[in-house]
Amino acid sequence: MALDELKIGGMGASRRRVEDNRFIRGKGRYVDDIVLPGMLHMEILRSPVAHARIKSIDTSAAWEVPGVRLVITGDTMASRNLAWMPTLSYDTQAVMATDKVRFQGQEVAAVIADDPYIAKDACSKIVVEYEQLPPIVNPFQAQSPDAPLIRDDKETQTSNKIFDWEIGDKAATDRAFEEADVVSKLELHYPRSHPSPLETCGSIADYDRATGKLTVYMTTQAPHIIRAAVAMVAELPEQMIRIVSPDLGGGFGNKVPVYPGYVISILASILTERPVKWIEDRSGNLISTGFGRDVYLQGEMALRKDGKILGVRMHTISDHGAFYADAQPTKFKIGLMHSAFAAYDIPAAHLTSEGWYTNKAPGGVAYRCSFRVTEAMFFQERMIHAAANDLGMDQAEFRKVNLVKDDMFPYRTAFGFLTDSGQYGKCLDVALEAIGYSTFKQEQEEARKRGKLLGLGISTMTEPLGAGNSREYDIIGIKMFDSAELRVHMTGKAILRTGAKTQGQGHETTWAQIVAHELGIPADDIVVEEGDTDTAPFGMGTYASRSTPVAGAAVAMVSRKIRAKARKIAAHLLEVSEEDIEWELGRFYVRGNNERGVTIQDCALAAYSNVPDGMEPGLENNAYYDPPNLTWPFAAYLCKVEIDPQTGVWDVLNFVAVDDCGVRINPMIVEGQIMGGLTEAYAMASMQYITFDEEGNCIGSNFMDYLLPTSWETPGFELHEVVTPCPHHPIGAKGVGECATVGGPAAFVNAVMNALEHTGVRNVDMPLMPNRVYEALQTGQDVSGAPPVKGE
Amino acid sequence: MTSLYEEIPPAPAPGVPTTRVTITVNGEKRTLDIEPRLLLSHLIRQGLQLTGTHMGCDTTGCGACTVLLNGRPVKSCTVLAVQANGRDVETVEGLSSAQQLHPIQEGFKQEHGLQCGYCTPGMMMAAKALLERNPNPTEDEVRWALSGNICRCTGYQNIVKAVLWAAEKMREQEG
Repeated sequence: MALDELKIGGMGASRRRVEDNRFIRGKGRYVDDIVLPGMLHMEILRSPVAHARIKSIDTSAAWEVPGVRLVITGDTMASRNLAWMPTLSYDTQAVMATDKVRFQGQEVAAVIADDPYIAKDACSKIVVEYEQLPPIVNPFQAQSPDAPLIRDDKETQTSNKIFDWEIGDKAATDRAFEEADVVSKLELHYPRSHPSPLETCGSIADYDRATGKLTVYMTTQAPHIIRAAVAMVAELPEQMIRIVSPDLGGGFGNKVPVYPGYVISILASILTERPVKWIEDRSGNLISTGFGRDVYLQGEMALRKDGKILGVRMHTISDHGAFYADAQPTKFKIGLMHSAFAAYDIPAAHLTSEGWYTNKAPGGVAYRCSFRVTEAMFFQERMIHAAANDLGMDQAEFRKVNLVKDDMFPYRTAFGFLTDSGQYGKCLDVALEAIGYSTFKQEQEEARKRGKLLGLGISTMTEPLGAGNSREYDIIGIKMFDSAELRVHMTGKAILRTGAKTQGQGHETTWAQIVAHELGIPADDIVVEEGDTDTAPFGMGTYASRSTPVAGAAVAMVSRKIRAKARKIAAHLLEVSEEDIEWELGRFYVRGNNERGVTIQDCALAAYSNVPDGMEPGLENNAYYDPPNLTWPFAAYLCKVEIDPQTGVWDVLNFVAVDDCGVRINPMIVEGQIMGGLTEAYAMASMQYITFDEEGNCIGSNFMDYLLPTSWETPGFELHEVVTPCPHHPIGAKGVGECATVGGPAAFVNAVMNALEHTGVRNVDMPLMPNRVYEALQTGQDVSGAPPVKGE
Repeated sequence: MTSLYEEIPPAPAPGVPTTRVTITVNGEKRTLDIEPRLLLSHLIRQGLQLTGTHMGCDTTGCGACTVLLNGRPVKSCTVLAVQANGRDVETVEGLSSAQQLHPIQEGFKQEHGLQCGYCTPGMMMAAKALLERNPNPTEDEVRWALSGNICRCTGYQNIVKAVLWAAEKMREQEG
């Protein structure tokens, strides 16, 4: 008898999470929980100013504090050729300032001491003399002829521009605009936002001079990439480097880059020959680690009177901070910005982009999105909203006219992506029905009579996930595949390791479910390990919603290799030829005689005790999966808000999310991912405000100023599902971790804009804080949120 | 419980004054010599090696470090350890016995009320304080009671469900 897949915790089971058993007992093991014998503590001194030449650093008083073991400055780093390191975008980044500081919060010195309190005390005794330079806080200041050159360390750099880039068909797009009946335009700023995982970054470097081995416990989403980077930067042999990413208290893209603190702690351990722990404080995390977004988006759309979109032009001006450290595939200077409008059937499109240095922390990390697709999809849905209004068409109707239809797949987008499957119209219909779209206009009019402003916003989008295939996608030359290794023990239990790294997504639970689905081994019999480069197979890590699309596929493929070997063993045990063997979940049997069979566990035992002649013993294997294409989940997010015109405060009355992420491994976990993603979308749309004043001071350097939504503000979400399996993925999954963060913000903003429509306001920049909404209502003018904000 | 003297590793640097405090932690009385400026969170995490209490923001903003001080939830990152002298401190490690999970712990697992797990101990301690004074809270009361605790992963909906699940279970056990 075949097993009941749900009972063994296979695909589709809302299996309760394995990792919870330690977390609910307070027994997680995050980097700051690790204590090594003889461990020292490191504290970093950061620059208080945004742009200045360093005239002198006096560390003598710090050295005199009892318990101080080492003080490091830029000179110490430079003497070992470690003052600068390469970024993931072929730029360089200061590990510790030597010549100038280029943003507020940049690393200037570090103290290593017996105790973190002593290290902090000693940091306060370091005297740095700065000669201040004019700070640049947006790309428009950066391009002024009087602007100081931020990157005067680079011989070839003569301005603050980083790149110009373009993609698409300019000539075809120009023709589309010539044929247009209506041209709709929109400009907006997608502000900086900080991912702020609840755990900050940190590391413990442990260099053992006797063996030459360096072990680094580190908050990283991509341990193998870090190992390669450390090998290159620190010039240590790669086999002597072990990176361990223990439990991570969230990542959201913030834990992809290599941060100076990691590198400094490594040098400190080499110099002191003791383990050195560095745990970033929250302000350090907010002002110095990877931001998301900060892009000015401009665009226009060529429209025919009947609602058909003929073409799109986009121009982006991005603010990367002082170092171009975006974590993104090499070929694409502004990430996958050109995934914009992929859900719509548009004949022609053209994108131009320019990137600029400013005196801000390096940004451009993906904050819960794949490589700028959040900016792309936000602009797309704000542009669609504006275009429908300019045409006088209903928002839902305009989308239905232009969304790619089910029978058009595979579909080549105007920017050249190939989308494979979806039921876009159906998703939108489910959402419209759930939110009561047909009666909304009437509701809106009645509310107006009561002095309340109602608005309904729609966001429909498909986004590219997976960040593979290796032909097109690499990071600093490393191809974007992923891996899994499965060892089945003789009792039929197993250990699975992958090159991904869970940060709350629940890999320990869901990967076992894929193995259970492929092999019929109960999920509870499979332990999953990730994050230790000495044991896990090489992988690119977890970000860009790529775990299930890539590593998850590798898990299925390695399970199939195991099954193929087990089939040969089954034939041997059943004394028939392999061609006469059939498979059902958990067992092989002789064709035509279901009674005569052996279980996968029988085969596992035989693999170690009774293999056929000539066969290698054991039952283990690995798989490297190079996806044939990106995956393209679709989502329809609808939001209904009510604005109080007296205060500008807006409340979410109802939020409907319809996600088609393909086949769902664990529905409970998928829904958890969607609710979490929508909350971050709400956070960006409503309150996460981190900006800069004219002096380059970061406003929002703690959780009192940088507001994150709590249980009190966060609205409830109503979730629905549509399932269109991915045709090229082994288990039909498309990925889901980031869809809601990517597609969500436009639903909130479009809803507020819809409520403000009668005022003529076209755009209010995020976050839509009550003062901005109030200002828009009072003035009837757009509200820009671009820095600098006025100083006090 | 007999009182127990122990040194907080690492020892304060020479010349740093210390103060003797007696604090009951998860039912066990501890007598300790500490620097007066030591934060309660650091005493719990580094001194007592109870690492289930997490630090997220250093400024009372996130609630990851929430523990119960004489039964009331406090953010231990902004409480001095000396302020806990003579008082009871309860951390996540005190919630369950070896055999038995607390209903709040069960609720968080059953309702998928956690993802990365970093906020979870603080959330559970805040929830415990709520349920001890209000065994039958409404959804709004749960949301308000947890509004000093930030979660970046779940969107709170399942955390609220987890607390309501636990409340029901605890009422059943009482009744």
